[in-house]
Amino acid sequence: MNERNRELFALIPASLLVTAGFTAVFIQRDDVLSNLSLTYGLIFLALCLGAHVVLRFTLPHADPYLFPLVAVLACFGLVMLYRLDEDLARDQAQWFVVGLLCFAGTIVALRSDHRVLERYRYSIALVGIALLLLPRLGSPVNGAYLSFHLGPIAFQPAELAKIAIVIFLASYLRDTRQVLVVGARRFMGITFPPLKHLGPLLAVWGTAMVLLFVIQDLGSSVMFFGAFLALVYVATNRISFVLIGLGLFALGARVLYALRPTIENRVSAWLHPFDDKLYDQEIGGSYQIAQSIFSQADGGLFGQGFGQAVIKLGDAPPILPAAHTDFIYAVITNELGLLGGAAVLLVYLLIIERGFKTAMIATDSFSKLLATGLTAVLALQVFVIVGGVTKLIPLTGVTLPFISYGGSSIVANFILLALLLLVSDRARREAQVR
Amino acid sequence: MNAPILKLFGVILLLFAALLAMTSYNSVINADAYRENDRNARPQIEEQRIHRGVIRTRDGSVLARSEEQESSLYKRRYTDEGRLFAHAIGYDFLRSGRAGLEREYNDELTGRRNELASVFDELRGRQRVGDSLVTNLDAGGQRVARAALQGRKGSIVAIEPATGKVRVMVSSPDYDPNALDTKAAAEAPLINRATQSGYPPGSTFKVVTAAAALDSGQFNPDTTVSGNSPIQVSGAPLQNFSNAQFGDIPLTTALTNSVNTVWAQVAEKLGRERMGDYMKRFGFGTDPPLDYPDSQMRPSGVFDIEKERFLPSDLEGVDIGRVGIGQERLSVTPLQMATVVATVANDGVRMKPHLADRVVDLDGRTVERIEPEQAERVMSASSANDLTEMMSNVVKEGTGVGAALEGIDVAGKTGTAERNIAQRINQPWFVGFAPLNQPRIALAVTLEDVRGAQSQGGAVAAPIAKQVLQELLK
Repeated sequence: MNERNRELFALIPASLLVTAGFTAVFIQRDDVLSNLSLTYGLIFLALCLGAHVVLRFTLPHADPYLFPLVAVLACFGLVMLYRLDEDLARDQAQWFVVGLLCFAGTIVALRSDHRVLERYRYSIALVGIALLLLPRLGSPVNGAYLSFHLGPIAFQPAELAKIAIVIFLASYLRDTRQVLVVGARRFMGITFPPLKHLGPLLAVWGTAMVLLFVIQDLGSSVMFFGAFLALVYVATNRISFVLIGLGLFALGARVLYALRPTIENRVSAWLHPFDDKLYDQEIGGSYQIAQSIFSQADGGLFGQGFGQAVIKLGDAPPILPAAHTDFIYAVITNELGLLGGAAVLLVYLLIIERGFKTAMIATDSFSKLLATGLTAVLALQVFVIVGGVTKLIPLTGVTLPFISYGGSSIVANFILLALLLLVSDRARREAQVR
Repeated sequence: MNAPILKLFGVILLLFAALLAMTSYNSVINADAYRENDRNARPQIEEQRIHRGVIRTRDGSVLARSEEQESSLYKRRYTDEGRLFAHAIGYDFLRSGRAGLEREYNDELTGRRNELASVFDELRGRQRVGDSLVTNLDAGGQRVARAALQGRKGSIVAIEPATGKVRVMVSSPDYDPNALDTKAAAEAPLINRATQSGYPPGSTFKVVTAAAALDSGQFNPDTTVSGNSPIQVSGAPLQNFSNAQFGDIPLTTALTNSVNTVWAQVAEKLGRERMGDYMKRFGFGTDPPLDYPDSQMRPSGVFDIEKERFLPSDLEGVDIGRVGIGQERLSVTPLQMATVVATVANDGVRMKPHLADRVVDLDGRTVERIEPEQAERVMSASSANDLTEMMSNVVKEGTGVGAALEGIDVAGKTGTAERNIAQRINQPWFVGFAPLNQPRIALAVTLEDVRGAQSQGGAVAAPIAKQVLQELLK
């Protein structure tokens, strides 16, 4: 069976899942079996089939599992959102269509050779940084500049910026990886890269610091900087560069911690979520993280079942805030238990595995680094938000890719997926030829 | 570059393992602790989805039931009769929390069985339904008791001596439990005076002193002691009521006429240790073993205001003579005094008081029965019988004649604690039981801050006790 047929078959369980999910929500809500759930399942299947046809014609050799795995996450997100708020789900479904269009557009535009991106690397980098600085024009939410309002649409540019920055880094490191290694000197037992090439790397570090200070978005900076370190490591195979980078980042974060109350608040809320004072604190307190943990505790091993989690009562403010964005993982654990949470993490891990696999079979350095970077940034994003929600690390607001509510997140992650599939198609085609 | 990519994947696997570990910790490993966290309102919200069991009186009238709301949530509704029992049964509302029997028997009322049974029920598609609770409370007795207090502040507790079943528990003023659904009530009416208010017991405490005196073997009902007044007790003069002179009189006469000077001397002769020992046996110094939330009960004993605690049973440093007549810093609950007389009535054996009788499931089967349980033998049966004899004289010809019933012999003791001598504000008491040979009811009646010349226990509390006894012995 060739790749595309395997993909087609894999999409069937994804559609069944969305049908079953909607059915569960309907039954829970009205005690009646509405054929609407079947309709939603069919629409979803039709959309996926559309994307599949695009792939069949443009990227016949691309990895057959990536798209169905993402479809599972996306449909899971839709059902979850539908259960929280029908209007949100309808919105998200529209964004899902937009995301698929961008997905198809990216593929069609770059299908001959995605390596043209290398030519525009500095423009892409500038666009990425500009995107990141855009929200500074607006007003902060919870002490961080996260979104930019374009008419009625709230837009989170960090989502798109992460792709731009990965493209730039992959391209830049392809050029400099050799010199970084060859010119390296050992000093006090640590290998330092040559000064001449250190400049651009310091610039990346500086950008991460600027992000940290200007937009005060710790989550995004950790994501970017983590992807950067991952790429530097893969490009040079020097663990010392990673350690130096981590040290510098920690330094910057420490300074910011001393200067900005937002970050200090988050850290103390993380350390003491049930402290009376922090819990009752209106802004930047620990209420959210405490409620997130309570939701998970409520889930147990098997969960309360679809639609059974207590999110809000009557017209009072919700018990679990931001259930549709930052805390959607807590809702998943609440309703589907530890097993549901583990299943979601497993799907992400499978996607990550396919991503790295793509990187490993790619033949040119740029493609290798691009696939690695895109996969790493996705993995880190999942780690940052799920880690925050589960109190593994301080909470910082980023979306859970493909699941959380948010147009920019869906669109950006579908573009990310398109790039991965582009790399994969070329790599597998070349592997077959050889 | 493939080797570092593999290693990077390894690092990410580790990070995800940490995520999984943390999720497991939150949702399974440490979930119970999080569920019990005070900040966590979820369990209570969850329980609003359960059809909570009914609470009934001993003869089956419904006091509290669950009503289904729009969003398939249930809400507690208390019947008109339920108001009579406000303090005993408590309340259960999302807004105001949970108290009384609603709190103590929450697991039963919400149908919580063991984990395995619940899983099976869920698999069979059975919705969790609460079991109902049948109490020992008596609607007639409760109504008469409440009416007799006429809205004055006070409390009445009636217990079956042989079983410890609580038949009446009234605290006045009371409140409408249904009102707690929409607004948090003022704190004061919520207090259950039967279990939460510490009052000076006055002369009713002489029953404890008499029990210690008889059971220790140092005294018998005919032992004579000088009843002259005043005498010096702990360096301060102590008088009888109206400074009456009695001469040398037997203990029976001293109890009948509530002679302070005699009982102060008896207590001094018994000493702190012995008095403390008998108080402990009666249950002073610890929370009563009632099936009621600990947060809504308090112990009785000698209360040290400065150190804000009850003195231990060695009673070091107290004026034991004045303790013997119910003065000093004694602070007792009506439930404790009812327990004292119930013990005397039950041949000296103290039973654990209990409000609930049984838990009944949806099909009417009794799931759990609260059996009578002995707490402690306080004194020998013969001492108890002697004391009963002495107490019957109080009602026959002494200060307690107001409690006498036609055709039924009553044993009792009055008390009048002076709250404010100049303004003649008193705390009248009556404790007692009936019928004499086969006691069926023991009770304590007290009122707060009664003014005027007719504010003694015999004048105010004894007639109320009579009404309640009459109703319960009907």
